[in-house]
Amino acid sequence: MTTTAPRQRSLAGGVDGRQRRAALLAAVGQHSVAIVLVIVFLAPFVFIVMTALMTDAQALSGSLWPRPFRWANFQDVFSSTALLRYAGNTMVYAVLSTLGVLVSSVPVAYALARLRWRGRQLALVVVLAAMMLPSQVTVVPQYVMFAKLHLVGHLAPLIVPNFFGDAFSIFLLRQFFLTIPEEYVDAARVDGAGEWRILFSVVIPLARPAISAVALFSFLYAWNDFFGPLLYVGESRSNWTLSVALANFRSLYHVQWNLTMAATLLFMLPVILLFLAAQKAFIEGVTLTGVKG
Amino acid sequence: MSPWVVGFTVFFAYPLVTTAVLSFTHYDLLSRPRFIGLANYRFMSRDPNFWPGVRNSAWMILVAVPVTVGFAFCAALTVSKAKRGATAMRTIFYLPTLAPPVAATLGFVFLLNPRTGPVNQVLGTLHLPQPLWFDDPHLAKPSLTLLGMWGVGGVMIIFLAALLDVPVHLYEAAALDGANAWQRLVHVTLPSISPVILFAVITGVIDGLQYFTQGYVAGTVAGGGDAGAGSGSSLGYPEGSTLFYPVWLYQQGFQYFHMGYASAMAVVLFVVSLAVTAAVLRSARLWVHTSTGSW
Repeated sequence: MTTTAPRQRSLAGGVDGRQRRAALLAAVGQHSVAIVLVIVFLAPFVFIVMTALMTDAQALSGSLWPRPFRWANFQDVFSSTALLRYAGNTMVYAVLSTLGVLVSSVPVAYALARLRWRGRQLALVVVLAAMMLPSQVTVVPQYVMFAKLHLVGHLAPLIVPNFFGDAFSIFLLRQFFLTIPEEYVDAARVDGAGEWRILFSVVIPLARPAISAVALFSFLYAWNDFFGPLLYVGESRSNWTLSVALANFRSLYHVQWNLTMAATLLFMLPVILLFLAAQKAFIEGVTLTGVKG
Repeated sequence: MSPWVVGFTVFFAYPLVTTAVLSFTHYDLLSRPRFIGLANYRFMSRDPNFWPGVRNSAWMILVAVPVTVGFAFCAALTVSKAKRGATAMRTIFYLPTLAPPVAATLGFVFLLNPRTGPVNQVLGTLHLPQPLWFDDPHLAKPSLTLLGMWGVGGVMIIFLAALLDVPVHLYEAAALDGANAWQRLVHVTLPSISPVILFAVITGVIDGLQYFTQGYVAGTVAGGGDAGAGSGSSLGYPEGSTLFYPVWLYQQGFQYFHMGYASAMAVVLFVVSLAVTAAVLRSARLWVHTSTGSW
C-alpha cells in the first residue's frame, strides 16, 4: 500500500508531462504549418509586385528586389496600351451583366421557391442541369445565332444572355427564398398584395445577403471572364476586355516581365479593392454558396 | 413571372437541341449545314488531338481536383485550429481567388519561368533542382495544379464554415471514448462535413470538365505565342500537354470553323458531364452523411 501510492503518483505526473509536451508539440506544429501556408499564399503577390517595379534590365537578370524602384512602369502600361478603353469595356460588360442577372434571376427564383404552378419541378431540374453543364456544350448555337445577327465582335453577345437568367444565381436565390418564413408571404397575400408587390416589399428586403452575393459573383464572373470575350471580341481589338488584352499583352508589345506584371497588378487591383471594401458580403456570400448549395 | 421561366427554359433547351442536330452536319457558318450522318463522331478516333485532349482534361479531374480539395481542407483545418489570427489567415488565403484567372495564370507563368522566375531563383540559391515547370510536358499540368491550389480560398472558406459548425459535443463524446486526434478527425470531422466535401468535389469536377482559361493562357504565353484569337501556333505548349478538351473544341469550332465537329465534341462533353456528375452523386450515398442536414 505504502509502496504503490508514490508510484501511482509519479506515473500520473509522467502522463501529465507527456500530455503537456505532446500538446506543446502539436501547437508548435500547427503554428509552423500556418506560418508556412501564409508565406506560400502571399509570396506570389510579393514577387509580382517586386517585378512590376523593376527596370527592364533587372527583370531580365532574375533579381528578386527592385533597385531602383521604377514606378514609371505603371505609366508605361497606360501609355503603351489602350488600357482605359479595355477597362471601360470590361466595366460595361460586368455592370450590364450583373443588372441582367438580377432582373431575370430574382423573379425566376421566386417563382421556383414560392409559387405553385404546373411544371415547377421540371423547371427546377432544368436549372440544376444548366448549372452543372459546361458552358462549351451550348456555345456553338449561341455563336451561330449572334453571327447571324452580325453581333460577333461586339459586347452584346456577352451581355444579352444574362437577361434570360443565370442558373447558379437562380438556384442560390431559390435556396435562400425557401428560408423566408411562409407566414410573411401569406400575411402580405391576405392583405391583398400581388405577387410582384410581395416580391419587392417582402422577399427582396429579407433576401438582401443572397442578392448582394449574387450581384457580387455576377460582377466578378464578367470581370474575370476570358472564354466569352475571346470568343466574341477576340478579333476586334477596340472591344477587347482586360482579360483578352492582358493575355495578349506580352506578345503584342514585346515587353519584359516587369511591364507584364505591372499590367497584371492593375487588372487585379479593382477586384482586391472591392473585396477590402465589402469583405463581409464576400465571405457571407461564399459561405452561402457552400452551405445552402 | 412565367415569361422568365419560359424564356429560361427555351434559352437552355434550344441550344442543346441545336447542338445535337448540328453534330450530324458539316457546317462552316458560311454555307448551309450539310447532313453527313455520324461522320463527325467517327472522325474523333482519327483526330490526333481528340484523345490527348480527353487525357489532359481527365488528369485535371482525377489528379488536380482531389489534390486541390484536400489542400483546401488542410488549410481550413489549420485556420479552424488557430487560436490567434484566424481572421487574418482567412483573408490571406482568400485573396488569391480574387486574382482574375488570366492575371493569376500570367503571374504563375512568370513565377515559374525556368530562367529568370523567382521560384527557380530561390531554388537555385538553396542548391535545389530547378524544374522547367510550364516548359516541361510532364510538369505543365502539375504547375497548373499549383495555380489551382493557390486559388483554393473559396472552397477553403466553405470548409471552414462547415468545420466550425461541427457540434462540439461530438468531439467531447469521442474524447471520452478515448479517441485520439486522428480518430476524431476520421470518425467525427470528416463524416460531419461530408456534404460539403461532396459539394467541393462536384464543383471541382464541373470546373475540371470546362477547364479552359488557365490551360489556354499558360500554353500560349509560356510557348511565346499570341494568346489572342487567330494564332494557335503554340496551342497546348509544351507538346500538347496543356491542350485540354475544351481548348481543342474552341480551336475546332471557332478558329477552323468546323462547327459540326465542334458540336459533336460538345455532345460528347454533355454526355460525359451527365455521366460523371451522376457517378459522383451515386457514390455520395456511400460516403456522405445526411443526418446533419444540408443535402
